[in-house]
Amino acid sequence: MLIRTLSAFLVLLCLGLATSASARADALDDTLARFAADKFPESEKAVGELAASGAPTAQNILEALSDNRLYFDPGARKIYFKDASGGLFDARTGEKASAQNLKKVRVNNGLRSAIGAALGSMTLAAADPEKRIAAAEAVFKSRDAKALANVNAALSKETDLRAALALRQARAAILLSSADAAESDRLAAIGVLKERGDQDAQSMIDEAAQKEQAGPVKSAAQAALSAIQFKLALWSVAQNLWYGLSLSSVLLLAAIGLAITFGVMGVINMAHGEMVMLGAYTVFVVQSALPPSLSEWSLAISLPLAFIVAGIVGVVIERFVIQFLYGRPLETLLATWGVSLILQQAVRTIFGANNRQVYAPRFMSGGVEVGGLSITTGRLWIIVLAIIVFIALQLVLRLTSFGLRMRAVTQNRRMASAMGISTGFIDMLAFALGSGIAGVAGVALSQIDNVSPNLGQGYIIDSFMVVVLGGVGNLWGTLLGALTLGVANKLLEPFAGAVLGKIALLIFIILFIQKRPRGLFALKGRAVEA
Amino acid sequence: MITARLFGKLDGLGYAFVVLLVAAAIAVPVLALLVPRDSPFAMPPYIVALLGKYLCYAMLALALDLVWGYCGILSLGHGAFFALGGYAMGMYLMRQIGARGVYANPLLPDFMVFLNWRALPVAWWGFNFFPYAMAMVMLVPGVLAFAFGWFAFRSRVNGVYLSIITQAMTYALKLAFFRNDFGFGGNNGLTDFKDILGIPLHTDATRAGFFSLSALFLVIAYLVAKAIVSSKYGKALIAVRDAESRIRFLGYRVENYKLFVFVVSAVMAGIAGALYVPQVGIINPSEFDPANSIEAVIWVAVGGRGALVGAALGAVIVNFAKTYFTGALPEYWLFALGALFILTTLFLPKGILGLVVARREKKAPPAALSPVAPQPGGAQ
Repeated sequence: MLIRTLSAFLVLLCLGLATSASARADALDDTLARFAADKFPESEKAVGELAASGAPTAQNILEALSDNRLYFDPGARKIYFKDASGGLFDARTGEKASAQNLKKVRVNNGLRSAIGAALGSMTLAAADPEKRIAAAEAVFKSRDAKALANVNAALSKETDLRAALALRQARAAILLSSADAAESDRLAAIGVLKERGDQDAQSMIDEAAQKEQAGPVKSAAQAALSAIQFKLALWSVAQNLWYGLSLSSVLLLAAIGLAITFGVMGVINMAHGEMVMLGAYTVFVVQSALPPSLSEWSLAISLPLAFIVAGIVGVVIERFVIQFLYGRPLETLLATWGVSLILQQAVRTIFGANNRQVYAPRFMSGGVEVGGLSITTGRLWIIVLAIIVFIALQLVLRLTSFGLRMRAVTQNRRMASAMGISTGFIDMLAFALGSGIAGVAGVALSQIDNVSPNLGQGYIIDSFMVVVLGGVGNLWGTLLGALTLGVANKLLEPFAGAVLGKIALLIFIILFIQKRPRGLFALKGRAVEA
Repeated sequence: MITARLFGKLDGLGYAFVVLLVAAAIAVPVLALLVPRDSPFAMPPYIVALLGKYLCYAMLALALDLVWGYCGILSLGHGAFFALGGYAMGMYLMRQIGARGVYANPLLPDFMVFLNWRALPVAWWGFNFFPYAMAMVMLVPGVLAFAFGWFAFRSRVNGVYLSIITQAMTYALKLAFFRNDFGFGGNNGLTDFKDILGIPLHTDATRAGFFSLSALFLVIAYLVAKAIVSSKYGKALIAVRDAESRIRFLGYRVENYKLFVFVVSAVMAGIAGALYVPQVGIINPSEFDPANSIEAVIWVAVGGRGALVGAALGAVIVNFAKTYFTGALPEYWLFALGALFILTTLFLPKGILGLVVARREKKAPPAALSPVAPQPGGAQ
């Protein structure tokens, strides 16, 4: 499509050139002769004519002029330009040339701005639509009334939809800011800018509404202004929702392992945050060990490794500490806090107290703009990862024999034991699973947070809150808890500020737990009062 | 009569504890002030300040033991009550600075001048009166504990859930106090104190005096706590700890028992904080850190919970170890503290005191030291 329009455009261009070649040649000679006069008004006229001429060397000449690389031969009244490396070219033909006794064409600031405008309007006719859009955008920003003719000319020829839109907006910007444009044109301009509806359009219309005397233009501007403001407010809510979703996915990853161990064993693992940290350091180690050719795969390799590393540490903690504290959840809490202190200090001793640099693979860096939303790819992948982990866990819990046993122990430990389930073994596996998922969360967090020994501490209280809010009866509770906290946190931030919003949420949870002491999805039955 | 009631319940260990503290309250000022500096018995001023700090921690541990050891409420937010008491005292001390601050503003503390505030915030009104400030030292933690406990205990939030919620409470307070516009000095906290009741703070005599005062308050706190736990009310508390559902079914209002002891404990922690601040010379939001509160729990666990003397003992022992380690082997302190958490819970469930008592009696330890293991099966 693009190529077809382009080639059609080129054919038209060639036809046009052929028919008027002789006539234009004379005009170009006259234009170039003006430079040889070496007077500023003459040069400025020449710049304008050159931009309108469409001569193939026009851009080279203008650039050379603004860089002091344009020369003339006073005797022959011929014009030459040098390229950046110093080679001399004939300005008329663009071919290599040699000449003696050349003088520089002088430039002042007034001339330079004329050159800038000329170059800007010339790129409006560039072959590449992206370049045309960029040029139209530049005109939109500058609102230079002198570019109006060029914009109109370009608009009549434009075939690319996006470029045409950009040109219309540029024209609207010029028309709106020039007081002598017709009222109907200015009203139409307000309509076009309202369609655009971003910050720039808002400030332009705002400016027009301020300057204008009472009248149809002013009232139209004010109406457009409030419409744009409403639209922008909607986008900013959407943006905050996106941030909230992103935070929710992080909270879900960090809390879901905690919910499993808390659900199955009734103990809070205060070292859970350190499992997250171990996962993040796994990424660091993998990236340092991997040859550069495999760096794109570092996260894919880190994910299972982090799961295994954190899972093994989890098994060790369960076997050597937690299983002996069985039935004493408060002591378990203290002991795992001790474990967390030791892990933190161990990592600090091995890797140092400073942040470690972890890079993002290419597919995770960058971002996309969707309307008024900016979405970073890294965060998008973390949301995807959280969804995958959640679904995988649900499948494990629903479809595997291990999941069945785990749910049985969660619901009624003694009955499960009486049915022949080895509860101690299930405890160990559940703890390994919960810790392993924390390790996976660490891989995700390494991409958006500092990899330091304190990484886990920053998330542990929020994860607790997710579990308290969601309850342990069901993983959906954790999902709902994470979504509620994440989205509420980010939606509160613009009104209350980050800290106050967080405090409000903590108070909300403290009050919420009055109503539902066991969270949204509580276990029912005898297990509760055991 | 009150003294008879307070002292009547003391056992041998209790008497020894009280006598030791009173003796220290007399001996330390003598050693620090009257004995000549070059004598081997003379006590350098920094040791006095250090010991005074330990006694404040001991009082916090005592308060924590009252709720955890006797009522089974594992509060991971007692550092908040400690810090609130400290802030109340710090606000009084700030107001005492008067025009001697860097900006020499007679009305506003330095940080408010720095923030371009025009008038004293309402929360600060009255803090230049010592009796009002001292009332706030007890009231602020007490009212917070009452409000928090009222909600938490009535809806039967207990066990691990309660611990997490108390942790969230102190975390929320920490975030709030870190804010400049909250009006309590932001992350710098309150410092640069000059004098209390007209007595300059930075003299050896004041330090020794604060040590003795801390020892005396610790004695009073101990006597009050002992009186509570050995009363009929205290027996019911222990019953709540060991079998909450059963005691509820027997017709006791469990939440009222818990609420009372929680508030008393919070007030005690507040007083400890108020004694702590003039001795260390600063109070800032990091005192609200959840880690501090958990560390206080381990003092109680190491010393022996459910035995008030043990908690005080544990606080002094652990903090002495901390002082030694952070000076001599700074990298290993967290290893040691972590190991202490694990080993104490695994091998010393009754703490050092429990070990000593068991050694001496060579038979079943007294009832107060042996919490019945909760029924297995998830969060109790």
